[in-house]
Amino acid sequence: MHSDAFDRYHHGQSPLHSLDPRIKVIITIAFILSNALLPDGAWIAFLLAWAAVIFANAVSGLGVAFTFKRSFIALPFALAAITVLFSIPGKPVTSYHFMMWDFTITDAGLLRFVSIVIRSWLSVQMAILLVAVTEFPKIIHALTHLHVPRIITMIISFLYRYLFVLTDEVMRLLTARQARSAASPGQRSGGSVRWRARIAGHMAGQLFLRSYERSDRIYNAMLSRGYKGDLMTMHPHHYHTHDLVVGVLSIAGLLIMQMAGRL
Amino acid sequence: MHSPAQLHIPDGFLSFIVSLICWLITALVLSVAISRTNKSLGEKQVPLMGVMAAFIFAAQMINFPVAGGTSGHLLGGALAAIILGPWAAMIVMTAVIAVQGLLFQDGGLLVMGANILNMGLITAAIGFGLYRAVLRSSRPVKLAVAGVAAWLSVMAGAFTTALQLWLSGTSNLQTVTLAMLGVHAVIGVGEALITIAALAFIFQTRPDLLDQTSISAHSGRGWVFAGVVITLIVLLLSPMASVNPDGLNRVATDLGFINASRSASGPLAGYSLPILANASFSKITAGALGSFVVLALAFLAGRSLQKKSKIDNRQS
Repeated sequence: MHSDAFDRYHHGQSPLHSLDPRIKVIITIAFILSNALLPDGAWIAFLLAWAAVIFANAVSGLGVAFTFKRSFIALPFALAAITVLFSIPGKPVTSYHFMMWDFTITDAGLLRFVSIVIRSWLSVQMAILLVAVTEFPKIIHALTHLHVPRIITMIISFLYRYLFVLTDEVMRLLTARQARSAASPGQRSGGSVRWRARIAGHMAGQLFLRSYERSDRIYNAMLSRGYKGDLMTMHPHHYHTHDLVVGVLSIAGLLIMQMAGRL
Repeated sequence: MHSPAQLHIPDGFLSFIVSLICWLITALVLSVAISRTNKSLGEKQVPLMGVMAAFIFAAQMINFPVAGGTSGHLLGGALAAIILGPWAAMIVMTAVIAVQGLLFQDGGLLVMGANILNMGLITAAIGFGLYRAVLRSSRPVKLAVAGVAAWLSVMAGAFTTALQLWLSGTSNLQTVTLAMLGVHAVIGVGEALITIAALAFIFQTRPDLLDQTSISAHSGRGWVFAGVVITLIVLLLSPMASVNPDGLNRVATDLGFINASRSASGPLAGYSLPILANASFSKITAGALGSFVVLALAFLAGRSLQKKSKIDNRQS
């Protein structure tokens, strides 16, 4: 596997790509925060937020529907919210009869459910766009500047660095297991569930040992290169006036959105 | 990317207040965790825990077919806590969940505090707490307890997820509790089996790692307490939430929490029945008392068993 298999970054020259990562992180989080604060049924504000998503997509140069195409990953979770359709008291809209139960969808329940799904759908699009226009190490670096504890960001950058290596390791383990698990026709390969769980567990244990020993080697290699408990960067962040202007304008836009949601 | 357990809450499903409270709890616990691991690991902290985080991430890809197309997976919180110690495991899980949320949108950003709390902090506390209680017992006992702890950790994570969804006004308490616990009772078995087998493997090949990493630096007895208490809370509250949800609804309304947490999302009548107030309180009091009795008994039993096994160890 190549190291870019997991990468969500799409290279480009757009203004969004060159915007300061800190500003991008702040705008994204503020956008998601704003969605969470919008009341149910704030249709105008939801529309404005969607317009903002489309606008950001257009500016990114990745295509207007770029995030739309990937925006359905969070949708299965909507199942968790489905109960509000029936449980909030309100005027009945429709009712279904399923086996021995009657389900009555109320207008208040429908309003709540649709609002939750829209909030989630809008928020995830901005998060998708953030990693599409910002290299992941830069996001982590931005988080350091935004006072996320250094230890956490350093560990995250290590995780990001070795993700590919250890995923490769797992792939080899999985391939090896598959190669050994030949099945004769009409018969399933492998033994009982317990046996299969034991094999999977041994793989996890094996992976742990390999990772642990690898971390030792990495630590020694780092020591020999002068590591003193802190990671250095060759890419210091400098923000320019236009970065700040974009940040301020975006926050102002979000405030207008909030006001529109409360009219 | 598929998540091993459907616990990664996306943005939009939790209210602002609930997300904020979860972030505060998470930040508080993590700040303790950071200072603790810093003391015990020093400058080795970053490479070791970074690679361990990648290990958990990769280990979550290991699966095994169970039946009918479903497969067993690892979430890894309990396993990480047992082999790395609870504080280190919390940081490692935080890194894993942060990358899943940031890079793959597997879980939201505003709700990441809740996701870390459910999948990283609670799982590690239960996993290590229960395991720590039987630290000096024989290997089969340790493995069995690790398995139970792994199962419970998944259940606890599922239950707190359900609670957060309910407090946010996203789900009906009874339905979401039943659904979450039902699904994760099965998922948890996969977790338990993999955890046991992985530990057995490490016991066989590198028992020294299990001694040095988890015990030496973080041998606090407080973990046993924390693990047992969280377990008891889950064991006591989850049947209540799934059988008699009105009691919990009533409590949350009386404390003003439901209205506060939902106020950000428009006027909403709490869907609880205005009865059972006194009954539910007496039930909770009884439950709390009962849990303390059980806790005390478990603690005493643990002590006496430990003393016994210490003597055994000396003799052998």
